[in-house]
Amino acid sequence: MKGDDFLTKSISGFSRVLESVVTTEDISRASGLLQSLDPRVKLVSFLLFIVGISLVRSLPVLGGIFVLIILLSLTSKISPGFFLKRVLIFVPVFTLVIAVPALFLTHGQPLVHIFGKIVITQQGALSAGFLLLRVTDSLSLGVLLVLTTPWANVLAALRWVRMPALIVDILGMTYRYMFLLLHSANSMFLARRSRVIGSFSGGENRRWLGRALAVTMVKSQKLSEDVYLAMLARGYQGEVHVLQDFSLKRRDFLWITFSLIVVIFLFWVSRL
Amino acid sequence: MHIPDGYLSPATCGVMYAAAVPFWAVAVKRVRKALTARTVPVLALFSAFSFTLMMFNVPIPGGTTAHAVGATLLAIVLGPWEAVLGVSTALGIQALFFGDGGLLTFGANCFNMAIVMPLVGYFIYKVISSDSDALSPRRTVGAVIGSYLGIVTAAACAGVELGLQPALFHTAGGTPLYAPYTIGVALPAILAAHLLVAGPVEAVVTGGVVVYLQRTHSGLIKADVAKKKEGKRWLAWGALGLVALATPVGLLASGTAWGEWGVAELKTMGLGSIPQGLQKLAGWWPAPMPDYGLPRMAAVIGYILSAFVGIILIAVFLWLLGRWLTRKNQTKNDVSGGSPEN
Repeated sequence: MKGDDFLTKSISGFSRVLESVVTTEDISRASGLLQSLDPRVKLVSFLLFIVGISLVRSLPVLGGIFVLIILLSLTSKISPGFFLKRVLIFVPVFTLVIAVPALFLTHGQPLVHIFGKIVITQQGALSAGFLLLRVTDSLSLGVLLVLTTPWANVLAALRWVRMPALIVDILGMTYRYMFLLLHSANSMFLARRSRVIGSFSGGENRRWLGRALAVTMVKSQKLSEDVYLAMLARGYQGEVHVLQDFSLKRRDFLWITFSLIVVIFLFWVSRL
Repeated sequence: MHIPDGYLSPATCGVMYAAAVPFWAVAVKRVRKALTARTVPVLALFSAFSFTLMMFNVPIPGGTTAHAVGATLLAIVLGPWEAVLGVSTALGIQALFFGDGGLLTFGANCFNMAIVMPLVGYFIYKVISSDSDALSPRRTVGAVIGSYLGIVTAAACAGVELGLQPALFHTAGGTPLYAPYTIGVALPAILAAHLLVAGPVEAVVTGGVVVYLQRTHSGLIKADVAKKKEGKRWLAWGALGLVALATPVGLLASGTAWGEWGVAELKTMGLGSIPQGLQKLAGWWPAPMPDYGLPRMAAVIGYILSAFVGIILIAVFLWLLGRWLTRKNQTKNDVSGGSPEN
């Protein structure tokens, strides 16, 4: 069933996205430390952290940051197993594949000889370490931000940092209808999967895929029409109003102090 | 081609954001200009479609699968600037929500996949299909070639961005701080992958969808025959864009551009005596960006920034010139418009 593999792969991809969204919604509404902070404060402080991480030039500091992130995830009621699985599975593994050849390809002082011929350079090892830790740190911060902030609050925070309303509205609606389209694509693939015995040629599969995509596109076009009419019927005039009003609490100021200390430390370390 | 955080230096990320912002601004402005209450739902649904499309696994020979981006497809159906916003939105959700592509590298990823890809792809599609009708095979051919070249150009941009890192950002001991491969390794590797695998996948998917739409929903393929003028302006902007994209190549060249030697260089070039006039003139124009670089700033960022500032200055100059010329024409027309047509 080699040729049909793309159906199974796509279906599991769709389900993974849908599943991760459901768990995210659950976690982001739990009562943990990061969940209780103001989304604007969180967004800005996390962005500063990521900038700080990109400046640091020390492996121990980068490792220390990862420990700090794990601690933060624990105080936010995220099980460490779930968090590590979510963070480590994808990008760091991919980065590892990228980083390994750098061990040998980077010129510099030899560190280790393998079979006497192949040389791992000091520079290569350091460089691979930088890449791997930096990617892991930044990614886990991003995941932590999303896991502890409901999507509606992320949008409100983006609005607050002066992102054009047009873009924020589109982001919000895209997120909403993304799942509908994913569901519908999922059903299409599932229907195909259950009707296929044996296997098709690659060409036939690609043609089917083209049709499936085109149908999804037509569906999204039709849907946009329906959505527009529904919005119009409810009094939409081109403006979206947000009901939520945020105010800073004492713990937000504590968090700001904490993140300022961390960021200043990171900047200071990066200058050494 | 999604570059995660950690592969690019913060300075590069800054430059890429700076490069992307003008395109976003134009896109928002263009879309707003044509804004009806319908715009938001249409763009949202097509962004959602773009996201879904990136999740489709395409079977490729050898039993594995790959993804398409669909930026050119979106440009063909929605229009180039709408595609810029649509793909940016999809990339934004991927980066924010699924950790696919980073937050700092978001500017670079958008520049490659949401700006270069749809604009280059659409430009080529436009050139090939020109004013043919919606059902013409020229549209299919244009879509296939446009999407192929679009993704390859985008990959080349990504390769240059990654390949510049080790040369620009390393410790005193020569340890690369970010992406470790030089441009001689990174660019051919990423180009080969896209020329041979991702490019054909993109082309097949885009072509397949366009053929299906031609058969069943030809209304979705915009065949606006009337806009001839627009096409020419596109040509000019496209050429300018390609030249701008080649900017980082200048970093690889050594020496000074022919005819731009400084006084000291002329001496070493074996010119025994410096023409007196040149000696006198050498310091009179205090360039605000000496040698194309802001003082004390990393030389390279300065170089790229100067390139962009230069392009912007030239563009502003040309725009003013154009306005001045068209106004002149208009007043002439107004005058002649007064008399009845013969």
